[in-house]
Amino acid sequence: MKLPIFLDNHSTTPMDPRVLEAMLPYFVEKFGNAASRNHAFGWAAEEAVEQARKQIAKLVKADSKEIVFTSGATESDNLALKGVLEMYREKGTHIITSSTEHRAVLDTAKSLEAKGLATVTYLPVDKFGMVNPQDVQNAITDKTILISIMLANNEIGTINPVQEIGKIAKAKGVLFHCDATQGVGKIPVDVQGMGIDLMSFSAHKLYGPKGVGALYVRKRNPRVRIAAQMDGGGHERGMRSGTLPVPLIVGFGKACDLCEQEMATEAARLAKMRDHLQTDIMAALEESYLNGHPTNRLPGNLNISFAYVEGESLLMGMKDIALSSGSACTSATLEPSYVLRALGVGTELAHSSIRFGLGRFNSDEEIDYTIKKVIEVVTKLREMSPLYEMAKEGVDLKSVQWAAH
Amino acid sequence: MAYSDKVVDHFNNPRNMGSFKKGEEGVGTGMVGAPECGDVMKLQIKVQNDTIVDAKFKTFGCGSAIASSSLATEWLKGKTIDEAQKIKNTDIVQELNLPPVKIHCSVLAEDAIKAALADYQKKADEQPADTK
Repeated sequence: MKLPIFLDNHSTTPMDPRVLEAMLPYFVEKFGNAASRNHAFGWAAEEAVEQARKQIAKLVKADSKEIVFTSGATESDNLALKGVLEMYREKGTHIITSSTEHRAVLDTAKSLEAKGLATVTYLPVDKFGMVNPQDVQNAITDKTILISIMLANNEIGTINPVQEIGKIAKAKGVLFHCDATQGVGKIPVDVQGMGIDLMSFSAHKLYGPKGVGALYVRKRNPRVRIAAQMDGGGHERGMRSGTLPVPLIVGFGKACDLCEQEMATEAARLAKMRDHLQTDIMAALEESYLNGHPTNRLPGNLNISFAYVEGESLLMGMKDIALSSGSACTSATLEPSYVLRALGVGTELAHSSIRFGLGRFNSDEEIDYTIKKVIEVVTKLREMSPLYEMAKEGVDLKSVQWAAH
Repeated sequence: MAYSDKVVDHFNNPRNMGSFKKGEEGVGTGMVGAPECGDVMKLQIKVQNDTIVDAKFKTFGCGSAIASSSLATEWLKGKTIDEAQKIKNTDIVQELNLPPVKIHCSVLAEDAIKAALADYQKKADEQPADTK
């Protein structure tokens, strides 16, 4: 086993060596511009791009013509929200989204709001982080043009009832955008069955290269149109100008192809490892709390709060394991995770949270090491924690007058 | 963000971690911060003849908060009350090489020192003169 261990697969994933192999010929040998229609270099590039487009479309049950390449999910989210709003402005300017969306959606919505271009409803989530489809239904007005709800949350892994939301959107004639960045390649995604009109996802979250993503844009029933946010050569059916990064796209395609073939077995393996991690840690450490949905979550996700210890110090104590925390100390702001706060997790427990993200290349041995290390470090830090000491003495921490700073 | 070697050292080998026994004489306790803010520091001093003979801490907080309080106990030992009053958060920042986002940890440590000294003083003042 090699240290450090990478258990932060929600932030990014290591590229699969098979993906790299597929990409390599497209840097030096087959370097053509996919938009060059007059020579063999261009044709080879175009062929590779179209092949990848098919592989990507197949994974999400779309038509390859419905895949628009972008630089990543952030751009896809921006393009979906801004593009729809600009295109359908006459019909309405109301957007419905949820409070636990990724910043790429939330900040885009806020920026549209600030410019006076949109009004936005931010739906709450339940204690497991799920959006209630009934809330979506109730929030729709005659001015609503877009619903943007994520498939699976990046912090807590909770999977939303996307299919039901899709049905509601369809019945009301509202477009439905889904940020599926964490879900695609991990759980089955079907844009038809789920009633999704626009969908963002990215290659580097599914063992592909960084720097490329896609926006699925429905072509029929209804035919969705978006206003381009970048002017130029009119690539990607006019929706996203810019020379296509052929090697990245080839890698994206290969990565999707591998996910399609291996997802079922991989998901089962990861869920088993995750359950082992969860069971052993929570059995050994009192007052550890699971964040997110107990069952309806991504197979590789685990998010736990360890009462009385602060998340960043936990990460520091486990520096040979790459993890992430909802603690404020890891971010520039002093606010802990807005996702956990939206679930109703108390601020102190939000500061104490650790996110484990398991992926394709993690081994059972690494999980065993992590279990041992987490128990050791949490125990050590609790010994060091005045809060733990007080709790053990029977002091109700909520009754203490803290000198907040 | 990478931590300085000194922060890592204090985190891995905290100095004077623990608490004095309840009711131990000559002890002043300072507790500052709040769980919602992500840091709580408890700093204790034990004073004999105006000199701090021992100090202990317990901290809930990030690595820099733990290091700041650990360092504070190291510095407090052997100092007189007056000397202890002069410890500044900027000294801690400098010694531990704290980045700007972690300056609040050093402020908290200075607050904890001040609170412990004040608590000791208050207890000392409450005692009858002949036992001082």
